[in-house]
Amino acid sequence: MIQIDNLVKRYGKTEALKGVSVEFPKGSVCAVMGPNGSGKTTLLKSILGLVKPDSGSIEVNGVRLNGSSAYRKNIGYMPQYCCFPENLRVREIVAMLKDIRGNGCTYDYELAEKLNIRKIHDKPIGTLSGGTKQRVSCAIAFLFSQDIIILDEPTAGLDPVSSEIVKNKILAEKENGKLIIITSHIISEAEAIADRIIYMLEGNICFNSTKQTLYEQTGQNSLNKAIASLIQEGPII
Amino acid sequence: MTTLKILKYVVYDMLRSRMIIIYTALLFLVSFGIIYTGKDVSKAVISLLNVVLLIVPLVSIIFGTIHFYNSREFMEMVLAMPVERKHIFWAEYAGLSLTLAAGFTLGTGLPLLIYGGADGAIYLLLSGVLLTFIFCGLAFLGSVINKDKAKGIGFSLVVWFYMAVIFDALVLAGYFAFSQYPLEKATIIVSALNPVDLARIFILLKMDVSALMGYTGASLQQFFGSWFGMMYSGIFLLLWAVLPALAALRIFNRKNF
Repeated sequence: MIQIDNLVKRYGKTEALKGVSVEFPKGSVCAVMGPNGSGKTTLLKSILGLVKPDSGSIEVNGVRLNGSSAYRKNIGYMPQYCCFPENLRVREIVAMLKDIRGNGCTYDYELAEKLNIRKIHDKPIGTLSGGTKQRVSCAIAFLFSQDIIILDEPTAGLDPVSSEIVKNKILAEKENGKLIIITSHIISEAEAIADRIIYMLEGNICFNSTKQTLYEQTGQNSLNKAIASLIQEGPII
Repeated sequence: MTTLKILKYVVYDMLRSRMIIIYTALLFLVSFGIIYTGKDVSKAVISLLNVVLLIVPLVSIIFGTIHFYNSREFMEMVLAMPVERKHIFWAEYAGLSLTLAAGFTLGTGLPLLIYGGADGAIYLLLSGVLLTFIFCGLAFLGSVINKDKAKGIGFSLVVWFYMAVIFDALVLAGYFAFSQYPLEKATIIVSALNPVDLARIFILLKMDVSALMGYTGASLQQFFGSWFGMMYSGIFLLLWAVLPALAALRIFNRKNF
């Protein structure tokens, strides 16, 4: 689904990605984890074309990224901080996004319904709380039923109930054969929903394996212990 | 097409912004006040000229810069969709400039219309609109160069201060330093470096008050007459409206969000 080869990105002197190669397979939930500044967001933004990498290649569904924007119709994205135009209503934001995406999309209102977006349809974005904006942004990421959904810290600002709804939605979409990539700092959350853990450190991939392999390799039975023991031993893969 | 779709919503958002409403109301009060107290509409146009040459660039460049930084996350979200970067750029640029220009035209034009209009009024409005586009373009240029919001606003203030205040002083200083030489043609070329100067020439050539034109304007009229001066300043004003925006777009295309 997504194949990344030797991706390098520098911001001035700092190297945010130092030759990252990774594959995100279809029908799975991949959690990209790692400390602040380890390159998680840069990696995701490179896939979306928001960050222009210095070298390396990215292929989405077998198409190599070359500056054209068409491939993004298959990708849904929820940014870490969302900020819509303050004076627009929720309804208008949704209408605009539908307008831009054009016809030929099947809409998936399930998450929007469950997160009660209808209730705040007529409120201007500027009057919503941070968590409510996050809910809107999350519902929008799933709205166009794309094959690939990228969520940058999806549950960071959500209340426990909404966060549970989102997690269930992620699992349901995985069953539909979609690829979902999330970043998260919450290990228990990643443990609950992810099949594959990609741990980044200072622009490199420290390890990339499925949950089961991790448990077997480290002899631990919980993700935080497994990660802790891996980081102490140094990178394996 | 995509540009127009995004533009529609940028304009919706801008029209409901408090800043635009305050800007329009303020311009209306000032213009109305000047015309009402002056009694003579033609003279009022000259007083309004100073408002146009100082306030319009200042508001456009500062508001434009703030708007760009506030829209960053929104642009990021739109760019994650199948949308080319140039579409969102032009939508933001056009949305910002058009609403500010509409606010200006309404705020300044309405009082002039109420009092029956005057000779240079249409040129006053035209150059105000052009200045709005020019300084919004400069605002975007400053914003794409500087990643930091505070730096971007500082950059914009410096650009405005240079064009509205320092430039004239530099031209005068140059004139005194080289007063032995014939400088008329040189000053005409130099005037093209400053859109505020060009706008002033553009309006005043039509009003026949060369005393107020500044050194560059006076030379221009003396040498080429009104018609050429209008063409000259008009063409360079248009270039100023297009070139900084194009430069900003080039950088925007390569930018990391």
